Amino acid sequence: MKEGLARVLFGAAALISTLAVALICLFLFANGIPAMAQIGLPDFLFGTTWKPSADIYGIFPMIVGSIYVTAGAIIIGVPTGLLTAIFLSRFAGGRISSLLRSGVELLAGIPSVVYGFFGLMLVVPLIRELAPGRGLSLLAAAIILGIMVLPTIITVAKNALDAVPKAYYEGALALGATHERSVFRVVVPAAISGIMAAIVLGVGRAIGETMAVVMVAGNQAVIPTSIFEGVRTMTANIVLEMGYAADLHRGALIATGVVLFVFVLLICALFNAIKNRGERS
Amino acid sequence: MLEAVARTRDALMGAGGVEEALRGLRAERGQESASKMSVIGLDLHYGSFHVLKDVSLDFPERQVTALIGPSGCGKSTLLKTLDRMNDLVPDCRVEGLVTLDGQNAYEDIPVNSLRRRVGMVFQQPNPFPMSIYDNVAFGPRTHGVQDRAQLDGIVEQSLRDAAMWDEVKDRLRKSALGLSGGQQQRLCIARALAVKPEVLLLDESTSALDPISTAKIEELVGELKRSYTVIMVTHNMLQALRVSDKTAFFLLGEMVEAGPTEDIFTEPVDPRTADYVAGRFG
Ligand SMILES: Nc1ncnc2c1ncn2[C@@H]1O[C@H](COP(=O)(O)OP(=O)(O)O)[C@@H](O)[C@H]1O
Ligand SMILES: [Mg+2]
Repeated sequence: MKEGLARVLFGAAALISTLAVALICLFLFANGIPAMAQIGLPDFLFGTTWKPSADIYGIFPMIVGSIYVTAGAIIIGVPTGLLTAIFLSRFAGGRISSLLRSGVELLAGIPSVVYGFFGLMLVVPLIRELAPGRGLSLLAAAIILGIMVLPTIITVAKNALDAVPKAYYEGALALGATHERSVFRVVVPAAISGIMAAIVLGVGRAIGETMAVVMVAGNQAVIPTSIFEGVRTMTANIVLEMGYAADLHRGALIATGVVLFVFVLLICALFNAIKNRGERS
Repeated sequence: MLEAVARTRDALMGAGGVEEALRGLRAERGQESASKMSVIGLDLHYGSFHVLKDVSLDFPERQVTALIGPSGCGKSTLLKTLDRMNDLVPDCRVEGLVTLDGQNAYEDIPVNSLRRRVGMVFQQPNPFPMSIYDNVAFGPRTHGVQDRAQLDGIVEQSLRDAAMWDEVKDRLRKSALGLSGGQQQRLCIARALAVKPEVLLLDESTSALDPISTAKIEELVGELKRSYTVIMVTHNMLQALRVSDKTAFFLLGEMVEAGPTEDIFTEPVDPRTADYVAGRFG
């Protein structure tokens, strides 16, 4: 009897989350696909002009913008995050490790608007001083996102490193390898699928981030030609214009969401592929 | 015996140093055969747990020494003391003397060079999750061999020495994790041989294996002792009898008796040894 009740409860909970995903998909596609059809898929995806006042909706600059910003975040965040994870997992003593770990957890808990604020007050002025332009730029967005992906990358990569069997590390030591060599040549390669998963999750985190990016990226709907120029991501495109958009403009923004959704789906698929490969070996 | 140890310790305290102490110990036993490694008056604690109690033992060069005794008596601990893998246990305390070629293994030899000279094969096969080739090449690369042809040569020779070259020569680039348990263990032996160690420690290295793989490894050990000093822990009395030249019997952290394998099995001096050996046989 009791068990029956629990089953119903869990079932209902599972149903709600599944239903939520289904509804989001339905909403996105029902509203986005007609708009895409009206604009014409090639014009929508590969058009380089975004000019709602003239009913021209090409989101190519935003697709490129999202990719650039995410790539920048990965270039900055991956080496930093991985080295931190390796340090936490294999080098840090108990006190330093727990201090750093709570720092990382805190980093994960900071609201993105605060990151944006930090970027606006510190990173943007610094870039304005040192480089051409107004500071609101691809570089600023990449730096802020590079910091924001750290908790994801560090946590997932550290878990992967912690899970590497002790026998690998000891086997390397027993051959006369130093601690450093054993870690970097045996333990880290053994954790490679978990590390790849960490990077992919970091990409997912970066591509979906909105608020912080809007605040520091400049948001010009043009493909940037240098890292000091402004850039607009897909997420920024939606949030900046959704408030006043109507008709086809509104449809085009939702269709931007569809494209973003497809990107995230691809990232999820990649993540699962990596995870499955890791589990098989 | 105990007196000899006491005298050894006295000699150590005095000016003579390790060499003289060893010579004294050997003379005491009327045993002049070169010993590659020795432990003298070894006491080992894990925290407050006294695991090895005043153990003294010589490991003769180019011979196989078997360590036998019931589970938990400290055999693995002794092996790990010989290549300092016990350093990894945070509250492990080692007192007494461990020597390699008459040098103090804990003070005169840097730990990584000790571990290169004293190779270890673990109970569970632990090939790295990389190719067969890279497994064997790991050690030489660690110690500075970069030349491709030279590495190829070392890998082939080590796999030949481990009697598995023909089995794997066509799949050197395949993952080592795809090998069978017995092959993995022989790969681990090849990996250990590739750094050209002087001493090889085998910790129940056949206990996880099927009889055929076990026989192959036993045969291999018989070959290896031509060039290496082998120290093996085994639970299998017949295995000790088949492959070892010298046997040491341990009980509750004490070395009860050591001597030529035949003597230990046929005419043990200590009744506890006799009981153990007899019990294990029948
Ligand atoms: N890392 C450790 N910390 C504390 N106790 C240990 C540790 N390793 C082994 N021991 C204990 O030391 C004793 C000897 O262990 P071991 O050398 O592995 O025995 P054997 O190999 O003869 O079976 C056992 O009682 C075991 O529980
Ligand atoms: Mg053991």
